[in-house]
Amino acid sequence: MRILVVEDDPVLLDGLSAGLGLAGFTVDAVATCEDAFAALETHKYGTVILDLMLPDGSGLDVLGFLRQRRDATPVVLLTARDQVHDRIAGLDAGADDYLGKPFDLDELAARVRAVARRGSGRATGTLHWRGVVLDPASQTASLGGKLLTLTRREFGILSTLMERPGMTVSKATLEETLYGWQEEVESNAVEVHIHNLRSKLGTGYIKTVRGLGYRLAEENS
Amino acid sequence: MNSIRTRLLAILIASTGLVWLLAVAWIYFSTQAQVERVLDARLMEAARMVNSLLAERRIELALAGNGSGPIAEVQFEDATYERQLSCQIWSLDGRLVGRSEHAPEDRLTDSGSGFSESVVNGEAWRVYVIENPLLGVRVMVGDSLLVRDRLVGGVIKGLAVPAALILPFLAGVIWVSVRRGMSPLNEMAGALSRREASDLRPLPNENLPKEIAPAIHALNGLFRRVEEAREREKSFTAFAAHELKTPLAGLKTQAQVALASHDRQVHENALRQIAAGVDRTARLVRQLLDLAAVEAADRTPHLVEGRPRELVSRILADMPVERDRVKVEGDVKQVAAFDAVLLTLAVRNLVENALCHSEGPVVVRIEGRSRTDILVEDQGPGIPADELPHVTDRFFRGRQRSSTGSGLGLAIAQEAIARMGGVLSIRNRNPHGLAATLSFAAEEEK
Repeated sequence: MRILVVEDDPVLLDGLSAGLGLAGFTVDAVATCEDAFAALETHKYGTVILDLMLPDGSGLDVLGFLRQRRDATPVVLLTARDQVHDRIAGLDAGADDYLGKPFDLDELAARVRAVARRGSGRATGTLHWRGVVLDPASQTASLGGKLLTLTRREFGILSTLMERPGMTVSKATLEETLYGWQEEVESNAVEVHIHNLRSKLGTGYIKTVRGLGYRLAEENS
Repeated sequence: MNSIRTRLLAILIASTGLVWLLAVAWIYFSTQAQVERVLDARLMEAARMVNSLLAERRIELALAGNGSGPIAEVQFEDATYERQLSCQIWSLDGRLVGRSEHAPEDRLTDSGSGFSESVVNGEAWRVYVIENPLLGVRVMVGDSLLVRDRLVGGVIKGLAVPAALILPFLAGVIWVSVRRGMSPLNEMAGALSRREASDLRPLPNENLPKEIAPAIHALNGLFRRVEEAREREKSFTAFAAHELKTPLAGLKTQAQVALASHDRQVHENALRQIAAGVDRTARLVRQLLDLAAVEAADRTPHLVEGRPRELVSRILADMPVERDRVKVEGDVKQVAAFDAVLLTLAVRNLVENALCHSEGPVVVRIEGRSRTDILVEDQGPGIPADELPHVTDRFFRGRQRSSTGSGLGLAIAQEAIARMGGVLSIRNRNPHGLAATLSFAAEEEK
């Protein structure tokens, strides 16, 4: 899942990028409201993590910008002002969750997964499909009870497909989900990952829809 | 109860009552004296009249008689006199030869002539006697003092009754006037006692009587200052929380990244970030302490005269960072009065600020003729004009923020110089860079 982190403290921003990357997210990191607006204009994010005090405005401005466009992207607020009335103001402004600084990185990752899951209407944390079980929290996958060893990108492609079983996901969407701004994407990167996934899962799980992208194959196909 | 209204009422009613009493007493005594004089004159007139009537033989006396003869009846024409005055005519050898109708039979007085007072039959009299040796008689005309007192009493009563009736009315008028006069005070007291302790809105200040206006203005000024202080406190707390918790969050996150990753490069980066974060937090903590030191209310500046250049050089020598980028230029002849601690805080924060926001050399320039200026000049980007008025606000970090700044440096410098009685001015340099000037009032030249 690709997420946007808006935080002006360089050390924290760097830590969030690295930490959430380790947790399996693709992270875009910006430090100002202006950059956040630009990023939100051009990309669709699974979740936005937002600091409230920014150099050129408040995180609530970014939140308002999102909600005004009827964009339901889940938003987790990060702030030092964690008094009750601050939380209430943030949540009422349309935030999905709220975390006071300093926070636990694992808790933040769990909350991001939770708001994203709720956003897509699922209740459980794990993804199930034809005996394949994905656990985004531990970044583990298994097939018929046997553990699969997947790379971060492979896991990302599989979970993106499994979040919407039966839907065709374009190569561009997959690339966008897997790679942040700073990362170079080789033109056949997605094909390579799909190939590797097929060799680990076995054929007949991921179907190529020519010209459109990929989707999960039905059992009898 | 300590009430201005009660006190005013008491003073007014007591003093009015006293004045009223004195007036009544004065009227009483002067009226009495006046009435006495008039009555005495009447006595004298009456006596003379009787005497002249006797002399003209208009009244026949039984002078030859032995006392048992007919006694002349003196008739006064006026009915009121008849009731009040008594007249006796005695022969010089002590026989009553005539008297008025209601006059007592006993001799009114033993005095030979003129005014006298006596008691006849238990009644007090004032008597005037004229001796007429030609006729061999004494004419005595007397007033009963009882009657006199009644007369004086009547006059006094005529004055005192309306005055007494006026008293409660007067008290009422005083009470109402005091009440009305005090109503602006009462309104103010009411408005103040109705409000909550946290309510700092100004009191209405239109149409104020000039006695209360200063109090209301002073109160409103106080409210405003308390409100400002409270706002500052609130935003300071919020900013301090943000500025302290954010680097802590950064440290914790980086530490967790280092723990979670097995990648050597990730480890190294995280540790480098942690080191940088600790440096920044340490600086922030130091600046917060500096701010507290500058603000400490009980510390009055300890001004000592010194040569500005020596002081600045010493301060810079104690600074640990990037000494080689800082240059001191210029000097002044005069000495100036500085507080060593405050000057150190001001100069150090300005220099650190300049180092933070620029790459090139930082010049500390000492100049001035009538006053002493310490300029800290850098070649950084300067500050956007619209942000200049806010740069000395605590935790203000403009758009040109550096990653290590806390937004406190200029605030500390400003506070420190203000405590020494100087001024901090900040302007952009041409073509770029910032000049922060500490200006001190001059001491006399040496």
